[in-house]
Parts: sequence; structure tokens; C-alpha cells
Amino acid sequence: MTGAPLPLPASAAKVSLFRKLLIHPTGAVSLLVLFLVALASILAPVLAPYDPNASSLKDVLAKAGSEFLLGADSAGRDVFSRLLFAGQFSLAGALVALTVALVIGVTAGLIAGYHGGWFDTVSSWLTGLLMALPGMVVLLAARAVVGQSMWLSMVIFGVLLSPAFFRLVYASVTAVRNELYVDAARVSGLGDVRIIGRHILTVVRAPVIIQSAMVLGIAIAIQAGLEFLGLGDRTIPTWGSMLNDGFINIFKAPTLVLWPALVIGLVCVALTLLANAMRDELERSRGPVKKGRKAAPTGAENASEKRGNAAVVHAEEPSSNHGELLLEVTDLGVGYDQPDGSTTDVVHHVNLTVRRGEVHGLVGESGSGKTQTAFSILRLLPQDGRITGGSILFEGRDLAHLSEKEMTKVRGKRIAYIPQEPMSNLDAAFTIGSQLMEPMRVCLGISKTEARKRALALLAKVGIPHPERTFNSYPHQISGGMAQRVLIAGAVSCEPDLLIADEPTTALDVTVQAEVLNLLRELQEELKMGVILVTHNFGVVADLCDRVTVMQSGRVVETGPVRAIFNDAKHPYTRKLLEAILEDTAPRGPLVTAGTPRELNGVTP
Amino acid sequence: MTETLLDIKDVVVEYPPKGFRAKPFKAIKGVSLDIRPGETVGLVGESGSGKTTLGRSVLGLAPVTGGSIKYRGQEISNATRAQRRELSHEIQVVFQDPYTSLNPSMTIEQILTEPLTVRKMERQAANKRVAELLDQVRLPHDAAHRLPREFSGGQRQRVAIARALALDPKLIVCDEPVSALDLSTQARVMELFIEIQERTGVAYLFISHDLAVVRHLSHRVAVMYHGEIVEWGDGGQVTSAPEHPYTQRLLMAAPIPDPDRQAKHRADRLRLLGIQREQDVQAGFA
Repeated sequence: MTGAPLPLPASAAKVSLFRKLLIHPTGAVSLLVLFLVALASILAPVLAPYDPNASSLKDVLAKAGSEFLLGADSAGRDVFSRLLFAGQFSLAGALVALTVALVIGVTAGLIAGYHGGWFDTVSSWLTGLLMALPGMVVLLAARAVVGQSMWLSMVIFGVLLSPAFFRLVYASVTAVRNELYVDAARVSGLGDVRIIGRHILTVVRAPVIIQSAMVLGIAIAIQAGLEFLGLGDRTIPTWGSMLNDGFINIFKAPTLVLWPALVIGLVCVALTLLANAMRDELERSRGPVKKGRKAAPTGAENASEKRGNAAVVHAEEPSSNHGELLLEVTDLGVGYDQPDGSTTDVVHHVNLTVRRGEVHGLVGESGSGKTQTAFSILRLLPQDGRITGGSILFEGRDLAHLSEKEMTKVRGKRIAYIPQEPMSNLDAAFTIGSQLMEPMRVCLGISKTEARKRALALLAKVGIPHPERTFNSYPHQISGGMAQRVLIAGAVSCEPDLLIADEPTTALDVTVQAEVLNLLRELQEELKMGVILVTHNFGVVADLCDRVTVMQSGRVVETGPVRAIFNDAKHPYTRKLLEAILEDTAPRGPLVTAGTPRELNGVTP
Repeated sequence: MTETLLDIKDVVVEYPPKGFRAKPFKAIKGVSLDIRPGETVGLVGESGSGKTTLGRSVLGLAPVTGGSIKYRGQEISNATRAQRRELSHEIQVVFQDPYTSLNPSMTIEQILTEPLTVRKMERQAANKRVAELLDQVRLPHDAAHRLPREFSGGQRQRVAIARALALDPKLIVCDEPVSALDLSTQARVMELFIEIQERTGVAYLFISHDLAVVRHLSHRVAVMYHGEIVEWGDGGQVTSAPEHPYTQRLLMAAPIPDPDRQAKHRADRLRLLGIQREQDVQAGFA
């Protein structure tokens, strides 16, 4: 154990959502529009030149001009003043609806998602019911019962909108409820209220804010719609009622309808754009993908040291395989294109050979580039990834420069692949049988009956006890070990020359791993395949490999016959890896309770 | 006479049935185990053996439907919230996946002070404690203001260990804490576990699928298979010369990192499987 603290990567600054929105172009404009509208509404008593309800007969439908900035309406009231005051009521009404929806939806969603049980059942059923109700009709009916109060109808509308929040919160909460950090908080003795407040609300906060902006826009539009139908409160100015008045007089004063429509449109558009901008920003800040395939090592810290330290190449043993050279990778480089136009290299100058009938182990820790190397041979690099240099000679052709169409012919038929996660590599929608037959029919051009016969024979060959039953089952009906056998059967179905296995046993239990390793050895000997075995487990290497290449930070540090690597490792990194192996350490021994444990309790000899 | 810290007796864990008239799922079928202060008890098993569920039942995260779990003589298998809160001083946890066991939106400082604030610790004292904890797990102090995503797997696991240590517990349930880590990181984190144990005298219930990891860390080892403990005893004995056929299979299945010895090991395994199959057949006919 080194006493020195571990080095840390550079800190990523935490920037608030509000600040990010100010930089986001549409976000900033939307915020500005909303801010101005809200400000104008709040300051209406100061800004408005007239009382919004003061009517005068002589000013009916007055033209816009110096006296009335935007003209006067059918009762001779100043349109500009009404627009300002209407903002107060329209916005407040929409906020009432939003608040009601938020309070009901978020609370119910939290309780139902976190506790489940009967409350979950009841509230989910009620939500379904609410969503099935036509909102406008309910509002019309409600108006008939409770009267023309704008506030009451907005409260009812809020209830109708609450499922939007309920669903959202419910889904987020059920997703995090069983996260390990929530369990850890429980073990720390935190109460439910605290757990919800600290761990669960933070997760739902972002989507709720986005949804709120959307819902506010909907509330404003619906409210305007109600008022436009003439169902609003006549005593207060709102944008909707102004729209109604303008529509009635559309032939006499066409501009009357324009102003409220413009404001409503502007506010709704701004809210929607704001929601989108927030989504952009929140999703962008999700940070790096966890455990992604692209384990891009930024290891610049000792890059110079490594460059000076050429790979250790061990001499061939007399007994080693002198078969035909199957694959020759020379000076391979793999890089990822970055958004700013630069390229991050993850594999540098890798050389690798595989002979027919040889198992070549590619060993390294996460981020060493071993999987990237394997994928580049298959030309299956993730998006933005590309081969930046070197050649991959396979049967006299350079795979690095083959067209995608020609590569498709090589892949599957000549070079096969076994993945790490067997389950995620089988399509849950198709039976095992159909997934095995499809490639055979394409690659070998055989009939369906023949493909079926071969598939059943293959399943029997990879040690599946009831081939017929497995053939007809779906992936979720079989265990992980069985799924890996199926994938191995699929990989060898076209009798490839080269097999690339990416951590084929890492996801499996030890006893299953031993079976799968045996199977791989048998098939490899029978079909005389060359195999590239990507792994981090030296036990697997010792079990299967003839030759080993050790990689670190995208470079080969040592390569040679398997015994030379295990018994005579030269590179410090290889030695460090071999030292970390626990298999040969002595057991810790029984607990010594008397005396000082530190002295008596030796860890390893 | 040695005092017992945790005494698990005939524990049964049943999950309520999913669906109408379905049978409840019995994850643990009567398991007994004890842990002494300052001891590491290793719990080995394959996926679905119930080893994680046993750990969760000690933490109060799995429904114990039979038997008893006693901590220093006090029954804790169905503790109330208030009792659990008291127990958080005594029993803590480190989970397997360092990626999901830390809340991604909280800084390391917030994560580490969380258990402390439950104890109503003063802010200043809590900050001091955070610095101590970071020292203990060998992370620099400026780690406090960073988010979990800025750390590697091994560093995150150090944060998780620091969180477990925050309240000075007497027992930490470690659920596969090193299996998601790289080989060399794994070795360093295991040394950290041992070092902390020797300094603080904390006991571990160390759950793992890897016999080698368990052998390295444990004083005593229990092997679980299909919800039951099939072998239980001295760590060296169980992990080197096991008596139960399943433990034997487990030991023989793990490949040895040496080509020549592994070739012999492989042959031994096939021979053992043959003998066991024969015995099964004989037992079947007897």
C-alpha cells in the first residue's frame, strides 16, 4: 500500500442550469421573452396608461394612435392597458393550474413510486381515469356546476394535468428506488423523508422542471381557449377574453385579435423552446458514459515514458506453432474523432500475429485498448471510432482498407465473434433457433431444413442437453451459461478461420466458466481455428492460450509464448499484473484474539 | 471465551410471491453463521446462491421470515426504523458496484457527511471527520468537492469504504466490493480492507464469488449453494482442502494462472467430476 494519496483527474466545474441557459441561444431568448412578459404584467399598474376596465362610448373601436397605443376595444377600453393587466390574470391562472398539478402529481408519484403497495395501485388507476377524460368537456361541465370563476376552473384543470407529473415522477422514482445508493442511505439510518428529499427529489427535479415549462404553456393555451369560447370570467381582463372580443369585431377592427394572439403565441412558443433548451442542457451534462465500450485512456501522464519503452518481445519456443500465418496486424492505430475535430488515439502502433490453430491471448486492464484492437480487426468500432493507421492482413487482404461490403463477407463467415455479455447479444424477440439459422442461410446459402439440421447438431455439439427444446426457446428462458454456448455455436456455425472472443467467460460463474473454456478448447482443436482471446483473467490465459500479448494504455508492452510471459516476464507492467494475482497467496489463517492482532495476524508470507 | 458479534441462526428469507396464488420465493433456507469482533468471515457462492441476500438480511434490506439474527445478543432481524438508526452506528455496508452505489449528483463531501448529519453532528466536526476519512482511504482532501463521476472505479470504491467507516462501525457487510475492479486495483483495495481492519478492529462479512479473494481476506469461510451453507469453517481449510463436493467443484473450476499447473488442474477437475458423478449414481441406486 503506497502512503501517498492517489492522483485525481482535473475537476469538472459545476455550472448551474440557469447559467447554462443564458449561454444557450434559444434558451436565452426564451428566458428574456418570458421575463419581459412577466415584468410587464407585474408592473401593469405603473405602466398602463388607463384603467383596464374603464369603458367609454366615444372611444369604441378607436384606432391605434397617440391616444390609445394599440387602439380601444368594443367597449372603448384601452387595448394596451388591458393586455398588461390581462397578463397578470392569465399568467396567475396558468400558475394556479401548474401548482395544483405539481403538488398532486409529484406527491402522489413520489409516494406511489417509493412505497408501492395499495397506494400505487389506486393512484395508477386514478391516473388512467384522469387521462382518459376529455379535459375541455370536463371544464365545460365544471363551469356549469361551480360558476364562471377562472380560478376554480384552473384548479380543476390542474387536477386534470396532474397525471403528466405523476407518470414522470413515478417512472423516475421506481428507477432509482432500488439503486444501491438508496440502500446505502437506508443503512446509514436515514428516514424515508430524508431519503426522498436528498436522493430521489434530485433525480426527478430536472424532468419536472422541463415538464413544468411545457405544462405552463398548455395551461395558458387552454385557459385562453376557454375564455375565447366566452366561458370566462367577464369581470377580469384576460388574453382569452380579449381574443374573444377581437374575434367578434374581426371585420370592424381586425387588429384587435392580433395583440392577444401574438402575446399568447409568443409566451407558449417561449415556454416550449425553454423546455427544449433545458432538456438539451440537462442531458448534455450527464457526464461521461459509465463503463462504456470506449474506455478512452487519457493517460498522458506517462505517455513519454512508454514511448521510450519499446515492447518486450520474447523469442519463439522450439515447440511453438509454426502453422500458416492467419492474421498479421502491423502498426495498428485506432482513434476517436472528437466534436472539436481532433482525434483521441486509444490504440498506438500495435503489432499482433495469429497462426492457424493458435490461441492468442490479449491481456490488459480496463482502458488498455485490448477490446478496441479486437473490434478494429472486425471493423466494428463504435461510432466516431476509426482505424488511424497500420494494416490488418488476413488471407492476403488488408482488412483496414476493405470496403464495408467486402468486409461483410469476411465477418461472420471467415472471422467470427463471441461477446462478453451473452444475454444482450441475443435478440429477445426471436427464438434461439431462428437466430442460429439466419446467419447460416446467408453465409452458407443453404436451405431452411438443412440449416435447422445443422443448428440442432451445433447445439448438441456445444453441450446443450436438450437441443430441440433450446432451439425452440427464447433467450430469456435459458441461463447465462447456456446463452454463451448458443453464441459459441453461432460463432462456429460457418466454420470460421479466426475467432475473436471478447472476455467470453467474464460474466459467467466459475463452474460455468470452466465448462465454457473446455468447450472453446475442443472446438478450437477440432476446427483448427486461430483465436484471439481478449481477457483480464490470467487463469483463463493459462488455461487456453499459446501466446500472450499484454497491453497497457493502448500499447503492446510485452508479447511472447505463454510460458515465457508467466515465467519470465520482463516488462514492469506485466510483472505488476502477475504480482496482483491472488491464487497463490496463503490463506489468512484463523483470527487470533489474544494479543495484538497487528503482530500476530500475518497477511501473506 | 470469545464474544460473538453477530449470530445468525436458521435464517430464512422469503420474498412475497409475484402474482396471484404463486408460491413465495425462498432465497435462503435456514442459514446459521457467526462473526466475532475483528474477524473477517468470507461468504462464497455463485450467482443465485443467496449470498447477497444473506448480507442484505443482516442490513435489514431483505425480509427475514424465520430464524434470528442477533447483534451482541440483541435481536435485529425485524428491527424497527428507530432501532435500525441506532444500528447504523454498528453495522455498515460496501456494495459491489462503485458506479451505482454513490449518488451521481452529490459531491463526495455530501456523500460522506450524510450519515454524520443523521447523527446531528456539527458542521465543523463533520468536515473534520470527512478529512480524516479521506486520509484513511488514501484520497486527497480536494476530493471532497468533486462528483463521483470524476473518479475511477477503484477511487469510487474508496469513497464507498469511507462512507461505511464514517460512523465507526463494528461490522461492515462487504458485498463483492472488489469484483468490479481491475486486477491491480483489486489488490490495492483489498490491502486497504486489511489495513483498516488491523487498525480499527472492525469485523467484515465479506461476500464474493471469487475463492481466491475470500481466501486472501478471511479468517473463516462459509460456502453457499442454493440458499444453504454447505461448508463452514477455517478459511485455509475450506479454500484449500474442502470437504463438500460443491466446494471441491468450485475450487477445481477456478483456473490457475500457470499454464503447466493449470493443465494438471484441468485434468484433476475432470477426474473429480467423474468421481462425483459416479458417487451420485451410486447414491441414486442405493
